[in-house]
Amino acid sequence: MTDRPISSLDWRGAGQRPRDLILREASVLDPRAGIDAQHDIVIRDGRIAGLASPGSAELDGAEVIEAGGLTAVPAFFDPHVHLRTPGREDKEDIETGSRAAAAGGYCGILGMANTQPPVDTAGAIESLRERAGEDACVPVGFLATVTRGMKGDELTDMAELIDVGAVGFSDDGLPIRSARVMRRALQYQRMAGAQIALHEEDPELSGAGVMHEGEVSALLGMEGVPSISESTMIARDAALALYEDARIHVQHLSARESIEVVARAKDAGIQITSEATPHHLTLTDEAVRALDSRFKMNPPLRTEDDRQALIDALRSGIVDCIATDHAPHAAEEKEVPFEQAAMGVTGLETAFAVIHTDLIVPGILDLGTVIDRMSAGAIAFGFELPSMSPDSEAHIALLDLDAEWEAGADGWESRSHNSCFAGRKLRGRCQVTIAAGHVAFRQRSFALGVAT
Amino acid sequence: MRHLLAIEDLDRAQIERVMERADSFAEVGRRDIKKVPTLRGRTVVSLFYEASTRTSASFELAAKRLSADLISIKAAGSSIDKGESLKDTIATLSAYEPEAIIVRSPHAGAASLVAGWTDAGVINAGDGKHEHPSQALLDVYTLRGRFGDIQGKRIWIVGDVLHSRVARSCALAFRIMGAKVTLCGPPTLIPRGAAAALDCDVTHQIDSIGEADVIYALRMQNERMSESFVPSIREYAMRFQVNSRRLGQRQLLMHPGPVNRGVELSGEVIDGPNSLIADQVKSGLVVRMAILYELMAGGDKPRSATGVVEPELTAPTPIGEPA
Repeated sequence: MTDRPISSLDWRGAGQRPRDLILREASVLDPRAGIDAQHDIVIRDGRIAGLASPGSAELDGAEVIEAGGLTAVPAFFDPHVHLRTPGREDKEDIETGSRAAAAGGYCGILGMANTQPPVDTAGAIESLRERAGEDACVPVGFLATVTRGMKGDELTDMAELIDVGAVGFSDDGLPIRSARVMRRALQYQRMAGAQIALHEEDPELSGAGVMHEGEVSALLGMEGVPSISESTMIARDAALALYEDARIHVQHLSARESIEVVARAKDAGIQITSEATPHHLTLTDEAVRALDSRFKMNPPLRTEDDRQALIDALRSGIVDCIATDHAPHAAEEKEVPFEQAAMGVTGLETAFAVIHTDLIVPGILDLGTVIDRMSAGAIAFGFELPSMSPDSEAHIALLDLDAEWEAGADGWESRSHNSCFAGRKLRGRCQVTIAAGHVAFRQRSFALGVAT
Repeated sequence: MRHLLAIEDLDRAQIERVMERADSFAEVGRRDIKKVPTLRGRTVVSLFYEASTRTSASFELAAKRLSADLISIKAAGSSIDKGESLKDTIATLSAYEPEAIIVRSPHAGAASLVAGWTDAGVINAGDGKHEHPSQALLDVYTLRGRFGDIQGKRIWIVGDVLHSRVARSCALAFRIMGAKVTLCGPPTLIPRGAAAALDCDVTHQIDSIGEADVIYALRMQNERMSESFVPSIREYAMRFQVNSRRLGQRQLLMHPGPVNRGVELSGEVIDGPNSLIADQVKSGLVVRMAILYELMAGGDKPRSATGVVEPELTAPTPIGEPA
């Protein structure tokens, strides 16, 4: 199956010819294309026309963006975002969610289907695509549910959903409890195609757990979600995928045990990809000690050992990509006791900065690896990887790696403010995002030409 | 002390202060008229989202003995029943300008949240399975009455530690006061990581309980067996019941109540000479008076160096029934 261009997704810019651009004197970094040097980037008809020596590029009618001191990288792709539309537009809608994505340096995002009601019909996909065509600031794709109503019993009309433009399937938010239903979905995938993304959790083992089961939960007296709740389900589904020659994408890995299962599955040749979130890569269950509901998410923050395993797996490629699991919630759903609070955190606007601050600046991960993993989610879902090489679609994030800012201090583009990084001093920030040649976002200070 | 949210927040000196304050109130309980005007004109709100007999009764009596004005709210029949959020309820009650709010909730961290939403001092009267700090303080007070000092004493906490906020607060408080703590129960009812988190020993065999100076039994709830935590109450009782066969002559027995007779404790030990259960209830009143005092009057009232309360407490003017 050939990869689709990201520009084939729906958004405001679709079908419109963007103004040509020159990004002058940018430090261009694209590890996969082997590019790491200063260039003028020439963008014509939405594609990278070429990389010229710094200060030399000329193009009639092109807007020139002075990018000296900035790092131009392939823009990011997030395969795991909750846009809360339809049903909870008070938390997020396609416009606010995609604007948050653009502000974070993303050129494409995939919306999950656990809306109210869940996206399980062709009509729902069609209507979302139409809305995205009007409202989305960057290309947005929509997944449909694997099972009708996310009830876990009957498959959706998967082939028809693909025909009308669903980009994959997921019951994210819930696991597919029945091994029989999971198996049928994987069998049917051979005909329908498209990735199946899995929220892996055994509800029997998770019980009413609200945080990682370990020392901190023992101290707080809270019911824990054991690591094996995640790893045993991944093991089940990897075995099913092997047997049915199917492919699966495991969402938000959190535990060392899970990583070991994914590593073994990859060694065995199973078609399995996986993702990790910025919060699981940078925080642990120690953050939950104060019972602050901003740190409540599913899967839960786990131990330092799990976090280290996750970082190693990201470096080695066992974890293919970084996904935010951007999960907006209304303030009143978080201003309640921890056990009652909604699970999930926003993430699009802070993802790169958090990883840069906590993992790249201290030298734990190198910038090239992170840049690669920030966009590799595109591959897992059959989209072209954003690239800086000539003739690629122009998906570019212009990063100021030295910019220091406080998360949330200037407000949020997302409609919800439930960031677990709010108030954190961060280093590194996206200044301009270009999606398919269109300027999808400019940091206000950058647009005004003032230093940040 | 601004709030009493968790034993985890306290150090030894703070616990000692509550103990000394409670000693001074014990004297009040021996008087004819067991009431002092210390908190006259101050308002205390008692907000219970969960059923309680001894905790709510002793806090309310403690507030009354200190002459505070008391508003007592139970979840049933209040606007909580109508779906009002905790935050909104606290905003409403804060309009009465209470100086202390006593809150019990089925949810961990509820009291800490309340503390962030009000100017009042907040007392955690039990938050989910997290902590029950006033219980642990009254238990330390009870043991202090017997031993003077519990430094080096060996205390076994036996039973359903997993579901017990009392176990968590007591283990922490006993450790702060220098005792050695052993958690004993079936592996299904001791949380993973408990030994490290609470700095205790853990055992699943009751055989060596003879080494304990104090046996603190926990309530075993009947529904635990339907959730597969234990195969049957019968098997639990056979393995872990504290009875006259297991309780040595010099060992003291405690229980936070209410007791399931014949399950975690046999009838004869409950009423036996080693039992401190009635002492615990008595301690509850004076310790809760001390907690209210520390929160509401402790900070801004002059205090003698010995920690003895001011003259109006040691020689109060008896006050009659309200008009």
